[in-house]
Amino acid sequence: MLLARIKEALDSLYDDIQETQEAPEAAEIETVAAEAAVEEPAAAAEEQEESKPEEAEEPATPPGPKETDYQAKGYHLDVELDPDKVVTAVEILNRENFFIESITGVDWIDDQQLEAVYDFNHFDELCRVVIRTRTDRNNPAIPTISHIYQGANWHERETHDFFGIKFTGHPNLEPLLLPEDADFHPLLKDFKA
Amino acid sequence: MNGLLQQDLNQETFILNLGPQHPATHGVLRVKLEMDGEYIVKAEPVLGYIHRMHEKMGENRTWVKFLPNCGRMDYLSALSYNHGYVAAVERAAGIEVPERAEYLRVITVELNRISSHLLWFGAFVLDLGGFTPLLYAFDDREQILDLLESVTGSRLTYCYFRFGGVYNDIDDSFITGTRELIKRLRKRMPMYDALVTKNIILIKRLKDIGPISKDMARRYGATGPVARGSGINFDVRKDESYSVYPEFDFDVPVYEEGDSMARYMVRMDEIEQSMRIIEQALDKLPEGEIKPKKAVKLVKPEKGDYYYAVEAARGSFGVRLVSDGTNTAYRLKLRSPTYSNLSLFDEASRGMLLPDALALMGSLDLVIPEIDR
Amino acid sequence: MPEPFRVILFVIFAMAFAGLNAAYLVWSERKGAAHVQRRIGPKEVGPYGLLQPIADGIKLMTKQLFLPKGADPILFMVAPLMVMVPAIMSFCVIPFSETFVAAEINLGLLMIFAFASVNVLGLLLGAWGSANKYAVIAAARTVSQNVAYEIPMLITVITMVMVTNTMNLNEIVRSQAGWFFHWHIFRLDISLLMPVSFLIFFVCSLAETNRAPFDMAEAESELIAGVYTEYPGMGFGVFFMGEYANIVIGAALAVILFLGGWQSPIPFSPEGFLGVFWGLFWFLIKLYALIFIVIWIRWTYPRTQFYQLLNLSWKVLIPISLFNLILTALQIKIFPWL
Repeated sequence: MLLARIKEALDSLYDDIQETQEAPEAAEIETVAAEAAVEEPAAAAEEQEESKPEEAEEPATPPGPKETDYQAKGYHLDVELDPDKVVTAVEILNRENFFIESITGVDWIDDQQLEAVYDFNHFDELCRVVIRTRTDRNNPAIPTISHIYQGANWHERETHDFFGIKFTGHPNLEPLLLPEDADFHPLLKDFKA
Repeated sequence: MNGLLQQDLNQETFILNLGPQHPATHGVLRVKLEMDGEYIVKAEPVLGYIHRMHEKMGENRTWVKFLPNCGRMDYLSALSYNHGYVAAVERAAGIEVPERAEYLRVITVELNRISSHLLWFGAFVLDLGGFTPLLYAFDDREQILDLLESVTGSRLTYCYFRFGGVYNDIDDSFITGTRELIKRLRKRMPMYDALVTKNIILIKRLKDIGPISKDMARRYGATGPVARGSGINFDVRKDESYSVYPEFDFDVPVYEEGDSMARYMVRMDEIEQSMRIIEQALDKLPEGEIKPKKAVKLVKPEKGDYYYAVEAARGSFGVRLVSDGTNTAYRLKLRSPTYSNLSLFDEASRGMLLPDALALMGSLDLVIPEIDR
Repeated sequence: MPEPFRVILFVIFAMAFAGLNAAYLVWSERKGAAHVQRRIGPKEVGPYGLLQPIADGIKLMTKQLFLPKGADPILFMVAPLMVMVPAIMSFCVIPFSETFVAAEINLGLLMIFAFASVNVLGLLLGAWGSANKYAVIAAARTVSQNVAYEIPMLITVITMVMVTNTMNLNEIVRSQAGWFFHWHIFRLDISLLMPVSFLIFFVCSLAETNRAPFDMAEAESELIAGVYTEYPGMGFGVFFMGEYANIVIGAALAVILFLGGWQSPIPFSPEGFLGVFWGLFWFLIKLYALIFIVIWIRWTYPRTQFYQLLNLSWKVLIPISLFNLILTALQIKIFPWL
């Protein structure tokens, strides 16, 4: 009974995110084209190349939420996004009255990428949604969501402490758990004490 | 440091430091309060005084070697943390737990929950100036600690669960002791109710003090009695039922008001509900093994990431496990409930008087090592 | 014996009584607290821990007396004295028995209240001189609390003075001679609200001496030690003595004004020398019964919130005591033959 209700909620969310994912992508392609006209052709070519593989991937693995086996994994929905789409996705979740469980990071040193993982859950119906974004390891930057969920303020500070991910737009990205003058990030895989 | 002490002479606010050593902050918590006379303008908790980096230890130690760490974070309800970590790894590695072990897990976790709430009760009333209930609560708690010591071997920082079960079986003296304890507690709780809860001074100190709205709890991710005191009916044991909780019949106390009195009443009612669970568990306790038939020699979780949530005494404790198939975790994230609960202190305490803010902080039930990990 | 010697002897006795009380009230408080909390309390030092206060006194005296940086030296040093000395001096007018009073002054009651007001000044100066934010907050609270609670106390005392027509403490006790229902607390014919008067006076004396549940000034879990935060060793010890001396004075006044002072419950009293000790015995019994209740209350109730404390005084106690004053005046005027 409960599972059926959760599956319904999941389906509606799935549609929402797919629609809004297409919209920002279309907007991205437009802005990329505009920028290509203004900026250097080299940079424009790079960005167009980035968006092309995304479009090429669409038929191969459909982007958007993946329903996962709750019993095996512990969460219901796995959403992989680009960093700049995170805020939109979180706004949708906020409208659906989800609460933020945690934000954390994972250091994929082999891929030279840092991943930020957002966990959301719902008070009324169990539905755990996981949003992931990956960003470059040497210059990590993800837009903040602390204006939507104020609890994210501390979670983002902690993730910045441990991994060095800069959350752009965060009001106060000072060390939370580490000393005020710490300039090292302990949870990176190449951190030697 | 001195740059932070900006005192605008026109504004007449001053900074009061509720320092790391303070009788009312339970543990090493520092709160920088910007005060306008006796009113709080801004409260900024400063953390990290007991930060030991358990998450890095999770990456450096093997799965089994990390077990003692679980008890050191929230030392007051250490068994819930044990449960969360062990169950997360079991979910990842696909280890089955025999039924008797599940029942033992539930019984000990609920006993731990009662002892944690009793200590919170004593310390909270101590903050408000009533020195005596603390010692009465500790008297009750002594009995629980003795019972748990006879089974687990420790009094506070338990390391009782193993992958696939528990490590020690209970005997008849434990069962009779627990039943005696429940009988005794059932007689003591009405006394606490009459002497402390119905005391007019306490009621005036707590009623309508420190309101937390549903939306505030949602935006900060507050769970546990903090959320249930604001009218949110969310309990991991009921909503995301794990272990053998579906087999027990218990209520989840929810109060609508959202003030400190509501959070107080939620915890007092939870003690009674925990006693119900223990009674039912003792009645239904099956015979059997407490460790899996096929002994777990090597814990090898599959590659991927997993999440497991349990209901600790303070809220929903979550373990996010990223495994790469080796014998240590790739990333172990511990989502501590008090971390999210404390983050709303700044917004909730704006414009309050200092003693009221301290009553609010006490009603949040803070255990600082859990925040700092 | 010649007058000056007698006065000096009794003054010394009064001061010794005050000092001994301050020391051993601490012991009885710790023992009382322990038994309320189901533990034993001091038991190592001497039989039943009776030498504990002496050990504490020695410990306090051997601590280094230092001046915190930025503290005003004169204020810092003078403040504890300003709290302790008036309290001890008030002992000189308390009648322990019919003839056992250091100085029977016609304005004894007024003198005690005059000295009680200096107590607040001492706390305020001490806090200001400490140059500590916590102490200043606590002092601000203390001043407003003491001012608020002095008013109903004084109104109640004025009511009693209206009844007894004298401020001489020994006279007041003498007017309660006879069986115990001649004590003022039972004299409903003088004023219907006499027990209420006693209650108001008792609560106000709790608040005046900053005892729980009115101990906002030294609220342990919020302001560390409040006014006394910066005081080392004996500085704190002197404050402490002053506080306990004030408790004894408050309880003694309540006993004298309402419970018949040194009068025994039965009108019989032995003659001569023994009569003095008879009166002393009854006075001390009543005094310590009240002090026991004061200690009992401290360990039972949590602390009130500050504005609730002030609300209690301004909105509840003052109207009731004013009403009582008018009622007593009416009763005296209309039924003057009592």
